[in-house]
Amino acid sequence: MAPSGTTWRGGALMAQMNIIQAVNSAMHTMFERDETVVSFGEDAGFYGGVFRCTSGLQEKFGKHRSFDTPLAEGGIMGIAIGMGMNGLRPVAEIQFADYIFPGFDQITNELAKLRYRSGGEYSAPVTIRTPCGGGIKGGHYHSQSPEAYFTHTPGLKVVICSNPYDAKGLLISAIECNDPVIFFEPKRLYNGPFDGDHTAAMVKWDTHPKGEVPEDYYNIPLGKAEIVRPGKDVTILCYGTMVHVASAAVENSGVDAEIIDLRTLVPLDIDAIENSVKKTGRCVIVHEAPRTSGFGAELMSLVQERCFWHLEGPVQRVTGWDTPYPHSLEWDYFPSQARIAEAMKTTMED
Amino acid sequence: MGEDENSNLHVPVPPHREGGTTFPSPHEIPAGHHEKPDIDCQGSQTREIAYGLLRVLNDEDEAVGAWDPGLDADTLRQALEHMVRIRAYDDRMMKMQRQGRLSFYMKCLGEEAVSVGAAMAMENRDIVIPSYRQQGLLFVRGRNLVDMISHCITNSNDNVKGRQMPVHYSWKEGNFVSISSPVGTQFPQAVGAAMAFAYRGEDSIACSWLGEGTAAQGDFHYGLNFASVYKAPCVLVIVNNQWAISTHRNLAHGGSSFAARGIPYDVASMRVDGQDFLAVYAAHKWATERARAGHGPTLLEMYTYRGDSHSSSDDPSIYRPGDEYDSWPLGDPVDRLKAHLVKLGEWDDEKHTALEAQCKEEIIAAYKEAETHGTLKDGPFPPVSTLFEDVYEKEPWHLLEQRGEVGL
Ligand SMILES: Cc1ncc(C[n+]2csc(CCOP(=O)(O)OP(=O)(O)O)c2C)c(N)n1
Ligand SMILES: [Mg+2]
Repeated sequence: MAPSGTTWRGGALMAQMNIIQAVNSAMHTMFERDETVVSFGEDAGFYGGVFRCTSGLQEKFGKHRSFDTPLAEGGIMGIAIGMGMNGLRPVAEIQFADYIFPGFDQITNELAKLRYRSGGEYSAPVTIRTPCGGGIKGGHYHSQSPEAYFTHTPGLKVVICSNPYDAKGLLISAIECNDPVIFFEPKRLYNGPFDGDHTAAMVKWDTHPKGEVPEDYYNIPLGKAEIVRPGKDVTILCYGTMVHVASAAVENSGVDAEIIDLRTLVPLDIDAIENSVKKTGRCVIVHEAPRTSGFGAELMSLVQERCFWHLEGPVQRVTGWDTPYPHSLEWDYFPSQARIAEAMKTTMED
Repeated sequence: MGEDENSNLHVPVPPHREGGTTFPSPHEIPAGHHEKPDIDCQGSQTREIAYGLLRVLNDEDEAVGAWDPGLDADTLRQALEHMVRIRAYDDRMMKMQRQGRLSFYMKCLGEEAVSVGAAMAMENRDIVIPSYRQQGLLFVRGRNLVDMISHCITNSNDNVKGRQMPVHYSWKEGNFVSISSPVGTQFPQAVGAAMAFAYRGEDSIACSWLGEGTAAQGDFHYGLNFASVYKAPCVLVIVNNQWAISTHRNLAHGGSSFAARGIPYDVASMRVDGQDFLAVYAAHKWATERARAGHGPTLLEMYTYRGDSHSSSDDPSIYRPGDEYDSWPLGDPVDRLKAHLVKLGEWDDEKHTALEAQCKEEIIAAYKEAETHGTLKDGPFPPVSTLFEDVYEKEPWHLLEQRGEVGL
């Protein structure tokens, strides 16, 4: 019999989870399946992480498998590489993506290049989990979306989830992947989907179809985007929190947009993008990170290179401004439904 | 805990979780124990204090030994007043945070002497680059309370224009450098600021603080080494309050003393009872004079205890015993300085209660006034145009364009 709060669906035991619980479930699942999987980070052991994503692991599997580290991201990334090259499968937590930078050298010069520089002899199957993004009044050091620094670094895979179901399935794939993966968890989505309207009441995942998550093992392959909403007028490329903001913008505008949640930024699901833009002839790209050299710039280039003769309007970007992430003016920075609606209008008018 | 017998990996556990005592031993070193070396001594001559504990106030609340700074009663009362005011401020702000009127807050309960002692031993022209837990510096240097609170509620009177989370003060007039959340970055910066003073032949110094948890960061070590190499006129302080969020200090290092890390760099290094205002003051006075006179940097470990949660966002009862601060063997800095003044016949309970009440009233009044410049809920906030200012000295074309997109 299914425990309370769970249901059977298609032969799988399903439970309602938020993203924290889904990440936690992925960790427990992988700890069970593979004893080379270890987890560590600042406050990530006994306390289970400041967002509690790794809670219960130390209690259940021992402190040699889930442990706290000294407060030093460079050190955390360094030991992750060492463990990874020597037979373990480390999942390192960086407490906030804003604090990944002291580990930047280890990630971009070491982790990313280990396989290449050793002629394929060495590699380190490290997963870096880190909460990213804004919407929580976190100011510039608890709100950044630094994905573009890493998509710009050959050798790293970059994943960003937008709901509990994907969070678990993608994280399991990330952990199983023999290449290093940076796994971004948009912290504004941890407890519920967020459509960008900060004045609205908080919505939880329990009423959302993607809040239903298998208790057991499953995976979602890296490199596969998801069409969140099929449509024929315009393609919206987005990821993370912006999937929900874009969805609301589309619902409220009445435009028949096709919304694609990229899920993996590297390697990108180029077929999904190409097929969609060739069909709609129009494209709007949305991300929270600043505009200049943001991942949107890459997407725009690809669309231009591959879909030019199908385009019927200029490709639009809706992004954070080229400023540090503000605190009190957060909602003037955060890409809004209105800006997305405006961008759709622009590309459809011209 | 499900330990794997086949694993030899050592992962330290806070002593209380293994049924042991939480407290390490340095408090057993009596007040007045350490000699006072000359300010031009070799770093290595401070070795004993680096492994020991500099204390001035003894268990009878008397100031004893070579390190007694011999402060007059007025100065001591002033120190006490600062500490009481900081505590009242912290309490009020945390209360306001709980009511949703601040987005976030961090108290320095138990660590008031750390910043008050330091600031009183320095000159206002000395640059300070603190972490987020040295709000006491602002009180000693005389920052306006309304401005401090305005920053914390990020209203239109916030001098950092609502850009930072609360408690990330910046105050150039008071030579108090903008606080940054990424921990530890301030250490090498302070060394650089000190090098600039030396470069210009000025006798001002720089002083910086970071937590014991943060002493694990590379920046801590960079700072120490650069300070040593260039004999930079600076005082570098590790505030060892035993906890880094949920992580006990035994995960920040494998040794027994943080101060001792300075010795191999030949940096004068001392571990100081952070609950003892006189010891904090005396250590800073010595280190500041040493730096000013061109004898180089000092590393101080302030041995203290984080009396409350890390911030408004965590619940310490999950990871540490709730009564730890009450049984901290080195006591509370306010209680101890108060007891010393009472012992001297310069203070009493009645005056203390009156002081507490007066500080509370002052803070409540300042809070009210700050809210006339806007509240977190309804503003007014700094104007939206400020979003694009100060990214560069002058806004380049792309920011001007983006400003245009917002209709400004
Ligand atoms: C580079 C970086 N990593 C992580 C954090 C998150 N963080 C904020 S404070 C803190 C603990 C700091 O502890 P400690 O240095 O002992 O200072 P304390 O809070 O005790 O004063 C952590 C991990 C951060 N601010 N910066
Ligand atoms: Mg600490």
